Amino acid sequence: MSTATHPLSEAAASAEEPMVVFNHVSIGFDGKPVLKDISFELRHGETRILLGPAGVGKSVLLKLTNGLLMPDSGCISVFGKDLCHMKERDLFSLRGEIGTVFQEGALFDSMNVRDNVAFRLMEEHLPDEEIDRRVEEALRFVELEHTMKKLPSELSGGMRRRVAIARAIVTEPKLLLYDSPTGGLDPITSTTIIELVIKQRDASKTSSLVVTHRLQDAFMMATHRYDAQCKCIQPMPKGQTDPNTSFLVLHDGQLVFDGTTEELVRSDDPFLRDYLR
Amino acid sequence: MPIASLDTTAKRWVLSVQEYALLTARALLNVFRRPFYWSDIVFQADYIGIGSLPIVILTGFFTGGVLALNSASTLAQFGATAVTGQLVSLSMIKELGPVLTSLMVSGRNASGMTSELGSMIVTEQVDAMRALGTDPMKKLVMPRIVATVCMMFFLTIVSDAIGTLGGAFVSGILLGQNTSQYFHTAYQTLRYPDVLEGLIKPVIFGFIIATIGCFFGMKTRGGTQGVGRSTTQAVVVASVLIIATDFFISQVVISIFGR
Repeated sequence: MSTATHPLSEAAASAEEPMVVFNHVSIGFDGKPVLKDISFELRHGETRILLGPAGVGKSVLLKLTNGLLMPDSGCISVFGKDLCHMKERDLFSLRGEIGTVFQEGALFDSMNVRDNVAFRLMEEHLPDEEIDRRVEEALRFVELEHTMKKLPSELSGGMRRRVAIARAIVTEPKLLLYDSPTGGLDPITSTTIIELVIKQRDASKTSSLVVTHRLQDAFMMATHRYDAQCKCIQPMPKGQTDPNTSFLVLHDGQLVFDGTTEELVRSDDPFLRDYLR
Repeated sequence: MPIASLDTTAKRWVLSVQEYALLTARALLNVFRRPFYWSDIVFQADYIGIGSLPIVILTGFFTGGVLALNSASTLAQFGATAVTGQLVSLSMIKELGPVLTSLMVSGRNASGMTSELGSMIVTEQVDAMRALGTDPMKKLVMPRIVATVCMMFFLTIVSDAIGTLGGAFVSGILLGQNTSQYFHTAYQTLRYPDVLEGLIKPVIFGFIIATIGCFFGMKTRGGTQGVGRSTTQAVVVASVLIIATDFFISQVVISIFGR
């Protein structure tokens, strides 16, 4: 009996354990502090939207989360592992479990869409049939399965972001990091991208950290859900917000807000009121 | 120049040397670590080796030719035109073959590596690669170093051979000398230390070309302007290092073998 219950209790414990923990993290460049004493948690199945003015350190915070940068002080734990004490080699295998969507997509411009999306799978030396099946599945999710043979330069900005999302989700990661997925896009394309983020959130329940400076994108994520029956994005009933979506707000390198959508809109903080206006 | 800025410049230089040493050490260690990226090594070897073949052949042929032309006119003053082959083969195999091939490959490939890696850096493709769990030092740097070192070895042999043939063409066809005598003296004068020197140099120069190209590429900052700046720096530094290293290798070989 004990052997039967042990994996279950382990699974329950891991579900309870935060996916990401920032503990008094600070970082600076050329002597100038960028992030100061940042502490927050991201739990299993939760989506945290990181808001803040441009240049406040949002992208730096994402790069800290997947170990592309190391903090000057404090510690970061991802999947229960302390990033600051991990070897570079171990960090690479950890990053394999994290999907990252970069600000401009960061697609490999000399590879076609299929190879871009399949990059991680090819590194794992999976059979070609398996790779093709999973790439097609990921591209179908972003509705770009017809672009397999195209080069990134032949795609529009919005299509490149969608391919970047497909590349991030193809390995079914435990954690997704979106770095301004709608930055520089027109409002219609931005809505398409945010709908994909919502669809991914509700369909796979993957924990995610979404960086944006666009309030309309952030509130759309909090007030809409993916309806699996009609396969479309629906607004939630009036006054309701997604319980697993919450907010973090950065200002002047510091975390000035950590809470739910309701707490954010009702906040009396002068900066937040001014920012949300 | 104020002392403070001298101090900062010196620190920047020392930091660059340290970063270069670290990149080189990591790249060397990666040669012995899995995964090996054979297909990337073969792709780079094809691009660097086969792609550079036309310029190496042309450079080798005309260098051998001009060596024969100049040395024949000088040697004629002493009635020693019979040793033209000796002069051409020694110069080509010990010095000009390795150095000129390296300078050609440096101009073509160090710049190519820097601009390619630099563009990947400024467009966050290298960060994306790291975020996807792949070590860019292994996937991008190691194959370029292995391919350049291997290909430089063979390209230099081709250059030496073509240069000697170029000399034969000039001395035989244009200057009317005895071609068999040319080849005889060219062969007879060579000793193992000469050949060894001529084969050690391209391996070291290949390593310099690839590591400098990758180093400047990987430390590129500042958008497209930064890529251009890094590319120029890579070619200049690689070329100067090749010529300086050539002097030291020659010095060491002479001190060991006496020629």
